Amino acid sequence: MRPDLEVVSTLVPPGARVLDLGCGHGELLAYLAKTHDCTGTGVDTDPESLIAAIRRGVSVIDLDIDSQLDEFADGSYDIVVLSQTLQATRMPEQIMEQIRRIAGLGVVSVPNFAHWRNRVSLACTGRMPVSRALPHRWQDTPNIHLSSLSDLEQLFAEQSFTIKQRITLDPEGRAAKGIARGGRANLLAAGAAYLVASA
Amino acid sequence: MTQTDPRQWVVLATPDDPLVLDSGSQLTHVEVAYETWGTLNDTATNAIFIPHALTGDSHASGTPESPGWWDTMVGPGKPVDTDRFFVICPNLLAGCRGTTGPLSVDPATGRPYGLDFPLISISDFVQLHRRLIRHLKINRLLACVGGSLGGMQALQWAVDAPEEMAHAVVVAASSRLSAQNIAFSAVARSAIMRDPAFNSGRYFEDESSEGPRTGLAVARMMAHITYLSEEAMQDKFGRRIQDAETPRLRFGVDFAVESYLEHQGSTFLDRFDPLSYIYLSRALDYYDVFADPHWSDRLQAAPTKTEFLVMSFDSDWRFSTDHSRRITRKLEQARQPVSFREIRASHGHDSFLLDVPDYLDTVKAFLDHAAEGVLDEA
Repeated sequence: MRPDLEVVSTLVPPGARVLDLGCGHGELLAYLAKTHDCTGTGVDTDPESLIAAIRRGVSVIDLDIDSQLDEFADGSYDIVVLSQTLQATRMPEQIMEQIRRIAGLGVVSVPNFAHWRNRVSLACTGRMPVSRALPHRWQDTPNIHLSSLSDLEQLFAEQSFTIKQRITLDPEGRAAKGIARGGRANLLAAGAAYLVASA
Repeated sequence: MTQTDPRQWVVLATPDDPLVLDSGSQLTHVEVAYETWGTLNDTATNAIFIPHALTGDSHASGTPESPGWWDTMVGPGKPVDTDRFFVICPNLLAGCRGTTGPLSVDPATGRPYGLDFPLISISDFVQLHRRLIRHLKINRLLACVGGSLGGMQALQWAVDAPEEMAHAVVVAASSRLSAQNIAFSAVARSAIMRDPAFNSGRYFEDESSEGPRTGLAVARMMAHITYLSEEAMQDKFGRRIQDAETPRLRFGVDFAVESYLEHQGSTFLDRFDPLSYIYLSRALDYYDVFADPHWSDRLQAAPTKTEFLVMSFDSDWRFSTDHSRRITRKLEQARQPVSFREIRASHGHDSFLLDVPDYLDTVKAFLDHAAEGVLDEA
């Protein structure tokens, strides 16, 4: 399993009913079902991902995260997971509102655009950074709403989400425990996974 | 060389054990024609049931000499792999391909039922399917796989008796027909019943009558339009003139699409009965599976959950994606494991019968998952 998914899984309460938006091949849900006694549903639109998830026995629904989340009823899940997905949505604020409506609890993991390597790359080359955490060129990246960790935390605050837990990530997506809190994380972490609750 | 009839027959309702229908009517003699493929394993856990669509029959899978109506889905190495699974397909109640229907003899009168055959529901089909699998010594299906009316039976069965079905594949189906769907049904029935040769449903009594062939052909022609997308028809026929360079400028068949519909209408007459058509299409009209107030309680109380795969085709306007989304939403909100895919395919409703790789791969993936653990025991 992708290391960042392992980190995300530690933020999901055992036995939870999980909605995984942008579930890819369903690795996280399969793992959570096996090790955390979770149930749930994945959402994606990529045909190959959907078939892979179905072959795994993961329930997946083909719908557009940007426009069709109303298919899910209020309070119908315990937690919504967006692993490496929020930055690829058209309107992240609306997605956060959907988390509030559907579960009130969410795990959001994102790449950190303000990671020092991106800053150096941008400063020295004058080009959009391409790295392990951000492997796409600007013209074909799905990540249309990249942010820094500080930006995202401000969004959480503005939308009255409290951060219950934050795990900073290294460029491979593993938990980077050595990274200090606060402003230093925004410089040193390649990404982070947050457990957030709506107030 | 003559083909041997691959069908088997079994009597599944008798005066001592009648089939009590949704309407309260009873059938005291019901015989079912069905076919099977593959071998049932020792634990009877590898059975897959194929309920057919409106104008189908028990011949889901065939040979080059005698093709089945779902050869893309069912056969050796196909998603419903007859080398691995034991596959069952019966002709529907009120069908005209071997199972008891309106042309069968009413034991009460000694004459064919005609319109005295009771109205039947999709739940009644399912009740009879359940008797068939008990006869075959199967307690629980590995899966039920159906398209269109077949998918509606799979869904009804899962809701009526979730403990009997581990997996349900519901393709190009609906949980209830829209006003437009019912309107198409009404016109098709009207064409049949207003044909003077219909003779109040007793056309079979007059040996010189060929029955309401005109009405049935028109019903089929119209229905067939709804099975194809505008794009598919345009691609296939455009405005091409049949067998000529220039238009004949007459009212007969001139355009290729007209010739095609004529052909569809006339070949249908050889294999389908007008009374079966109106009974089966009426069953569709009244179908409303989620109107049952207890459906979700039954699913939630089931000892093991039925897993659903719901699929639609983007060019299907007969049962559009909205119909499948409703099924998915209802099941998901009842906390049932359900997967949904909308498949890109240009052929409209008929896509479910065709070789659409993305669709067939998805069913295969789902059934591969379903078979895990089960086939090791075989």
